[in-house]
Amino acid sequence: MKQFIIFVKKEFYHIFRDRKSLLIIIMMPIVQIILFGFALTNEIKNSNVAVLDNAKDESSRAIIQRLDASRYFNISRNISTQRDIEAAFKSGTIRLVVVFQPGFRQSLLHTNHAQVQLIADASDPNTATTVINYASSIIRDYQKEMNAGTETSYLVTPEIRMLYNPQLKGTFNFVPGVMAMILILIAAMMTSVAIVREKEINTMEVILVSPLRPLLFIISKAIPYIFLSLVNVITILIVSYTILDVPINGSLLLLLAESLLFIITAVSLGLMISTFTKTQQEAQMFSLMALMLPTLLLGGFMFPIESMPLPLQFMSNIVPSKWYFLIVKDVMIKGLGFSDVWKESLVLLGMSVLLLTISFKKFKIRLS
Amino acid sequence: MKKLLVILEKEFRQVFRNPAILRMVLIMPVIQLIVFPFAANYEVKNVLLSVVDHDHSSYSQKFISKITGSGYFNLTDFSPSFNKAMESIESDKADLVIEIPAGFERNLVKENKSTMLIAVNAVNGTKANLGGAYAANIIREFNAEIQMEWISFPRFNAAPSIEITSSNWYNPTMNYKLFMVPGILVTLLTIIGSLMAALNIVHEKEVGTIEQINVSPITKLQFILGKLIPFWVLGLVTLTLGLIVSWLFYHIIPIGSIALIYLFGMVFLFTLLGIGLLISTYAETQTQATFVSFFVMMLFMLLGGLYTPIESMPEWAKWITKINPVAYFIEVMRMIVLKGSGFSDVKGQFYAVLGLGIVFTGWAVINYRKRS
Repeated sequence: MKQFIIFVKKEFYHIFRDRKSLLIIIMMPIVQIILFGFALTNEIKNSNVAVLDNAKDESSRAIIQRLDASRYFNISRNISTQRDIEAAFKSGTIRLVVVFQPGFRQSLLHTNHAQVQLIADASDPNTATTVINYASSIIRDYQKEMNAGTETSYLVTPEIRMLYNPQLKGTFNFVPGVMAMILILIAAMMTSVAIVREKEINTMEVILVSPLRPLLFIISKAIPYIFLSLVNVITILIVSYTILDVPINGSLLLLLAESLLFIITAVSLGLMISTFTKTQQEAQMFSLMALMLPTLLLGGFMFPIESMPLPLQFMSNIVPSKWYFLIVKDVMIKGLGFSDVWKESLVLLGMSVLLLTISFKKFKIRLS
Repeated sequence: MKKLLVILEKEFRQVFRNPAILRMVLIMPVIQLIVFPFAANYEVKNVLLSVVDHDHSSYSQKFISKITGSGYFNLTDFSPSFNKAMESIESDKADLVIEIPAGFERNLVKENKSTMLIAVNAVNGTKANLGGAYAANIIREFNAEIQMEWISFPRFNAAPSIEITSSNWYNPTMNYKLFMVPGILVTLLTIIGSLMAALNIVHEKEVGTIEQINVSPITKLQFILGKLIPFWVLGLVTLTLGLIVSWLFYHIIPIGSIALIYLFGMVFLFTLLGIGLLISTYAETQTQATFVSFFVMMLFMLLGGLYTPIESMPEWAKWITKINPVAYFIEVMRMIVLKGSGFSDVKGQFYAVLGLGIVFTGWAVINYRKRS
């Protein structure tokens, strides 16, 4: 036991001596959560629009003005011929072209029918659908105002209530997601690199001939990083609560306990990576390649998992951050208790046990 | 020149001796490019729906069958009370609850108006917004149907109406993969480019072999070029593999010129490696280099416009994207592959990335000293 404590101490000295790394590890998550918390949003606004106005009459101008005034659009260009549409799209930033036929208002007033054409750059299908919807509803509003009083009102009026997040803030979704991603990457990378480093600079030999048992050695390696990651969790929570206005509706203690569990999973993952890599470069490449995109794409916070093809939905279950993301959302935003997240916690626990067993089995006490 | 060749030979050997790294650089991106575009889809479908019907009338039935038949919703259960339905929302068994009040039909028939409650789980704002909009749309259609039923439809439209026609260019089938594959390819190139060179030089520092290089007659430019070129070549190989995968698996053939993609790719990799180099001149240990390059990479990737649109970001974040080579390359890749943009269309981005590359590499060369 005494030896064990000495080893843990040694590991802490390692970390504290390298001031630069320590500073990076502590500061990085804070900066990231602030940056991404503010900058990441799926909302579509300020899209650039080009107008091909062949009518140039009262109605077409009124519609253009309404489009420009809405927060979704920016009229950034007037084009004069059909041919210019292609050029406008090709040079990049235009998302939508609105085309008015000549004599727009006249035909609207005399034949009660006129046409507007919306052309979207659908290389991004999601944005294309959304900008067409927004533009259509603005045009429809204009029409409704023209006809004020003559149209019949709706029969069934829905009352829509947005639960948990009435202002539909993106941060409520992105903060737990980014938190899961940062934590797993940092914890797994730190741990794997720290162990492989001993192999690379040949201090591993010294440790292997020391009286400390391999099992305890691995644990002594993991403890400081678990501690550091926990510090990261706390700073992230403080930042998201104070600066990003994300509430902590559930029990803080439960949230911290679940975070600890997730960190242990991540550190175990790092341990496992360290057993089959030989250089720090390899360990780091592997952690990044194997964790970054899967976490980002299958973690559930960027893309809806239920829209994915079945094999991928199935695959998403082995991504630990998916489970942590669910837990954080439930506890932090919805304010639920342990009885609602025990299943997810059990999955994380199972993963940790599995990963740790594999790492112990594969940990070699001989160097070659 | 001869010295450069010698040092290049050494570096290439070092890379090829480590099969694990090669495997990661060449095989992992291919696998990820094959699998992940299927995941990257923002389309919201299968919204889980729980219905609380207090009315049990023919109109409420009609409405429920209309909403379940729409294709956007998956009816999971009928709850006896709103509170029960809330429990489904809490446990993520439902995303949206519709409560039809008692007397729904009576009010509709007698007073021509009625109401219902739609409650949406809005933790994910985008999804909630879309789900709510789908539901509101269906109610609008439902209203129109009732009106048709009750009032004899006027023979011609008396009020002026604007017909809106819309068309989707470049991707008429709205295939999300067309949009994501070029972007994911850039992401993979970024991971490879920004890390490898940085770690490599720091590795020499850490194990002390940099001393030997410092006392050799190699100039610092030769040394740096020797470090960069192998990874630059590897990056181009990955780019080629990526283009082949997107052709074989997604039938994506760039509409624009492939030569232009390579030209841009070469400059992009140069810039990325320059950034890695800069990091390596400041870092003392691989741990430091790892974390700094990881930080920079995540910044570049998440603020690169692949996952969330750049236009929607706050002003200061847009400024960050101006020094982000990844954002430029993702944009240009999409323009060339999907729209067939030519060099004159991407000129601005090209010079921006080239400029960034010259600044970062120049800075790194100045900062790297042969003495320790």
